[in-house]
Amino acid sequence: MTLSLVPTEDEILLRDAARSFLAEASPVSSLRSNRDSGKPYDTGFYREMAQLGWTGVLLPEEAGGADMGHRAAGILAEEMGEVLAASPFLSTAVIAATALRQAGSDRLADIAEGRVTYALAIDERSKFSPEGSALEAVRQGNTYRLSGRKCFVAEGSSADRLLVLARTSGAAGEAQGLTLFDIDAARAGLARQRRNTVDSRDHATLIFDQVEATGGEILGEIDNGLATLHTALNAGQAGMAAELLGLTSGAFAMTAGYLRERRQFGRTIGSFQALQHRAAHLWTQIEITASAVANAGRVLDTSPGAADLAVSVAKAHATQTAQLAVREGVQMHGGIGMTDEFDMGFYMKRARVGAEWLGDYGYHAARVAAARGI
Amino acid sequence: MLEFGDDPEVFRSNVSTWIEDNCAEALRVIPRDMREICWGGKRFAFSSDAQRDWMQAAAAHGLTAPRWPVDYGGAGLTRTQEKIWREELARLNAPTPLESFGLWMLGPALLAFGTHEQKLHYLPQITRGEIRWCQGYSEPGAGSDLASVQTRAEDKGDHWLVNGSKIWTSYADQADWIFALVRTDREAPKHRGISFLLIDMDSPGVTTRPIRLISGASPFCETFFDNVIVPKQDPAGLSRIVGEENRGWDVAKHLLTHEREMIGSGAQGLLGTRSLATFLADLDPEILQDPVLRARAVALEVDSLATEMTLERYKDMAKQGGVGHASAMLKYAGTELNKRRYELLMSATGSDGLDWDGPHGALASEWLRTKANSIEGGTSEVMLDILAKRVLELPSQ
Repeated sequence: MTLSLVPTEDEILLRDAARSFLAEASPVSSLRSNRDSGKPYDTGFYREMAQLGWTGVLLPEEAGGADMGHRAAGILAEEMGEVLAASPFLSTAVIAATALRQAGSDRLADIAEGRVTYALAIDERSKFSPEGSALEAVRQGNTYRLSGRKCFVAEGSSADRLLVLARTSGAAGEAQGLTLFDIDAARAGLARQRRNTVDSRDHATLIFDQVEATGGEILGEIDNGLATLHTALNAGQAGMAAELLGLTSGAFAMTAGYLRERRQFGRTIGSFQALQHRAAHLWTQIEITASAVANAGRVLDTSPGAADLAVSVAKAHATQTAQLAVREGVQMHGGIGMTDEFDMGFYMKRARVGAEWLGDYGYHAARVAAARGI
Repeated sequence: MLEFGDDPEVFRSNVSTWIEDNCAEALRVIPRDMREICWGGKRFAFSSDAQRDWMQAAAAHGLTAPRWPVDYGGAGLTRTQEKIWREELARLNAPTPLESFGLWMLGPALLAFGTHEQKLHYLPQITRGEIRWCQGYSEPGAGSDLASVQTRAEDKGDHWLVNGSKIWTSYADQADWIFALVRTDREAPKHRGISFLLIDMDSPGVTTRPIRLISGASPFCETFFDNVIVPKQDPAGLSRIVGEENRGWDVAKHLLTHEREMIGSGAQGLLGTRSLATFLADLDPEILQDPVLRARAVALEVDSLATEMTLERYKDMAKQGGVGHASAMLKYAGTELNKRRYELLMSATGSDGLDWDGPHGALASEWLRTKANSIEGGTSEVMLDILAKRVLELPSQ
């Protein structure tokens, strides 16, 4: 199926609506005040997103969703990235929604209506490697006991529920033998420690000590959890790529604005060719990332089972471009770019975290290489 | 024009059958030798009868210019149909039946700025491969600063008297006609005194001299005009100026966007339709064990795929009303990527790639040729200037 890479009228309307809502409801200043008060995100803001139907963007109408598809979800994530809006949107409305929908869960309406938030507990070491999961789920009758540790769990300290990738057979490093559990985050035996990450968002370390889960809480098939998660992870990675694209545009808009107004040596610094060429090069990279992100959404909507390549091109390219945009952002702002008072630092710190989450450049480039036979 | 049917799948199937019926098996080989390109024109020596027959069969149905109107020698295909035509050519390894600067550059400029009569006269000669055109833009003193062209066309009543010289005129020694930027008003500001003039290369006073390049080839020439008489109107009453007198810069800029898109979308040369992986797989398998080379190959693949999507997205945007100055981005990104690609291929082939005609054919020559990609049609630096000033609207002081 060929579908244009240019947004449809509906998508343009969605973007415009998202932009004006986010400018009011979640400007960068709200990330700053959340950081200062230690809050992971604004629950009121998330409820408003639910009222707008965003939490159901990937859910069917029967469950109260809008079923607009991954490209639309990407547009929302991009707009959130532009203002660094903090929320469990990607973890809940993109990743959990996709996994739960695929598994035929009856909790879809909880997500669509914004009543429940999710976190994905998958990493166990400093790099993304789902098949490396070792956290054990030991069967006892019809229940399982989960023991082990998960790190870098986005929304991990605040989420109501957890998707936990646990090992029911095999050894760490094997793709088979992993099972996906959907459990209440308040369960006995689970300790959640919020980390103090540079982006001021909610990332937690979770310690599981004989945490009980029932067979009914398994999503998809036993030992085949990666299949249940496959599209959900791609959706999350594409969503993060879109958020990085938005973040990049946000940082670039600030930088280009500064180049147009800041005067030194009796002229506007944006008139210096040394800076003009760097800005134009960066803009070129942003346009290329935007194409890769649009394509990832398109492929997820049209052939979700064959989206690895498109998603990884998008995440890899978005990661590189975001790093370039924030480095240039700080450098071109000069001293003011180094101050906490100025917002550019928030962009740099979120870009660093987004670069790592759900697979860094190396992970996704390797997936591209595998898909292309290099 | 052949009736291939409106339904895309019917169209595809008919096009495919037609290609198989008209393009000889012997032409359908990959990788293709770059010397097998069919340029057409009065001086062109076809590499085989099959090559000539293929060009003529396609021309008879307008398929050498798939998108041009049927009245002007094209096939009048829609964008979707053209895409299918190209896909089927690629799938069947069939070469494009005709390539030329007439098709890529002059044609689009004439379609936009020419009179109906000019189009009726010049365009079918191009689509039939009868006249080969070359481009007279740059001069020794007007490279990146193209609007400074000094080649003069003096008004002598019934004719223009042309004096001056052009440089980097691709294949001028093999071309039949040249479209040139000439100064028709020396008093006006530099952008306002230029006209877009069509000149017969057989006119007395026109001489060419090929320039040997670092690649060993001589695709570019110097072209000299020494008291060349260009009639204001030819026997059929057609003006030799495209667009208005002294407003040739508008035509030149329009044409440059086509040229830039063409260069930016980058002929992949030796790689043809082969993927980077296939090319590398044919080499010593131990090459990819080198972690640095491998990392470069993988990063190139990520960037190539993302850039391909950008070309597609911009084509979609163009359909909906144009991309304007942003097309400079495609030229910049595409050519820089192509240079990287060839640097990688040279690293990957190692000492085997160093001969002019070694186990990898013309690789070394193509590698050197790619260095011109980011110079011709406007340098990368000029593209960045355009983006900074016209798209990002950064101040000039």
